[in-house]
Amino acid sequence: MSTLAIRDLHASVITDAGPREILRGVTLSVDSGSTHAVMGPNGSGKSTLAYVIAGHPKYQVTSGSIELDGQDVLTMSVDERARAGLFLAMQYPVEIPGVSVSNFLRTSATAVRGEAPKLRTWLKEMKDAMAELQMDPVFAERNVNEGFSGGEKKRHEILQLSLLKPKIAILDETDSGLDVDALRVVSEGFNAFREETGAGTLLITHYTRILRYITPDYVHVFVDGRIVESGGPELAAVLESEGYERFIGAATAS
Amino acid sequence: MTVLDAPPLDNARRISSARPEDFVVPHGREEEWRFTPVAKIAHLFEVDAQSGDLTVDPGSHVSVVDFRSDDAGHWLPTDRPSVIAWSSVHRSVRVEVPADTVVAEPIVVRLRADRARAHGHVDIRIGRGARATVVVVHDASADTSGAIVTDVGDGANLSMLSILEGSVEHVHLWQWPTRVGRDATFTGSAITIGGRVVRILPSVSYAGPGGSATMLGAFLADSGQFVEHRTLVEHVAPHCSSHVAYKGALSGAGTHTVWVGDVVVRREAVGTDTYEMNRNLVLDDGARADSVPNLELETGDVASAGHASATGRFDDQQLFYLQARGIPERIARQLVVRGFFVDVLARIDSVEWREIVLQRIAQRLGMDADLERHLEAAE
Repeated sequence: MSTLAIRDLHASVITDAGPREILRGVTLSVDSGSTHAVMGPNGSGKSTLAYVIAGHPKYQVTSGSIELDGQDVLTMSVDERARAGLFLAMQYPVEIPGVSVSNFLRTSATAVRGEAPKLRTWLKEMKDAMAELQMDPVFAERNVNEGFSGGEKKRHEILQLSLLKPKIAILDETDSGLDVDALRVVSEGFNAFREETGAGTLLITHYTRILRYITPDYVHVFVDGRIVESGGPELAAVLESEGYERFIGAATAS
Repeated sequence: MTVLDAPPLDNARRISSARPEDFVVPHGREEEWRFTPVAKIAHLFEVDAQSGDLTVDPGSHVSVVDFRSDDAGHWLPTDRPSVIAWSSVHRSVRVEVPADTVVAEPIVVRLRADRARAHGHVDIRIGRGARATVVVVHDASADTSGAIVTDVGDGANLSMLSILEGSVEHVHLWQWPTRVGRDATFTGSAITIGGRVVRILPSVSYAGPGGSATMLGAFLADSGQFVEHRTLVEHVAPHCSSHVAYKGALSGAGTHTVWVGDVVVRREAVGTDTYEMNRNLVLDDGARADSVPNLELETGDVASAGHASATGRFDDQQLFYLQARGIPERIARQLVVRGFFVDVLARIDSVEWREIVLQRIAQRLGMDADLERHLEAAE
């Protein structure tokens, strides 16, 4: 049983014009086995929350805390956070020329597991995980994210998720840029991962579309750098029919 | 001085001559020397009686012969260091592959210096229709200068690697002129990861139509090294192609790399297909990379002609992505730098030597032996 505990988190982005506050007091707790959808309009800071948890150097935490099972996450480097059991599936995965998917996966698996996986079992593990996501085996020989379609990039993110088996997964707009078929494959891959590992999940999204495939336990509405309302899956239905208007007004008024 | 006494100009309109007096000692302000720290290499501008020959163990297709200025290949020196080397060498290394011969195994030429300063002349002759791979491994344990003069016969196919690795203490000034025969194919890869001050001038000219030349380069420089490559392709025959791709990664205070790529397409070279590219990856604030592509067209009747040059900083987003997958920063950096070279090195024909070069680059990057092993296993 793991818990990612975020308390009164404030964070700024570092810009040329100086720091600008984006997160304004986020409090959220994600336990193993539970899926939290964080939904909000563009520019609300929901992706910043994902990056701050992962430790992107562009952001500076000014107050508050993030703990994973009681360990202070904020003092960890980016790679230490990943090895501690956090995983961020990125909205815009980065191209790494000259590094094959197969090298990359094995290097990260070695880092996260603390030892190099045995070659024979590893190859089978990788092959099976790729088959599950309907990925062609030649995919392993391509360079990381180089020339990948939107769907391929997201499948590759979920492939990493299923191989690295984090305690807490953060999915940042994984549904963006996916057609219906790709969304279904990616969602099924995620659901299989969740079922197998019982990991906790923070699912960040603008649209309710992905929630047809991945059922959340909790839905949080994120506006202007904080959570303004929390509820069950029914809250997503409200957002679907009414949009964010009501909440944007509420955030401005408060 | 009359016109008749003037030294002859070679095809590239540079002076070609075997006489040291035809070349003034560079002072550093000349166009072709403007990047080079000439004060650090000035001793190689003069003959030194104490210098020795670079030699090699004779083997299959490889011999050591008396150097004769009138039988030293298709080329004459074009600058002060090369004419001094020419004047100093007593014995030269000859690599000869007879016509219509296929040599399956790479011919490895390990140059060896037994003095603190040594000069070399390597004369490579690939006969008509022959096919071979030649690897020249430079000795980085002495100050060296000289030339690798390569002649690829009509219809022949030569894949060559010139590797300078090891110590970062010494000066290395080399010319690498190649003549590509009619319908011949040449791939010349320059791998430079050693040396204190390095200046390598690979050049290609064509002896007939239909020739194809690929010039590849990978260089790594740090801790104040100076590494300069000047490539020159002279299209003098119709329907030839040239493809130049050089990549460098550099770091550290005072480190300086230079790539100057000259391509000249003469009026008679119709149907030319040429492209040159240089990319540099600057890993920190202290290092500087100069990149100068020059394309000179004397005819508009070409198939294709282009160039590209870019010098970029290390991409922190790549680092973040790799670290977000648990990979420690140091290893992540090594992966990115190694990966940077992969597309150029993938074009080295010999699989065996491609792997060796990647390994050496990894070692030079201080890559963990463990990582390197499991990368191999993964591949």
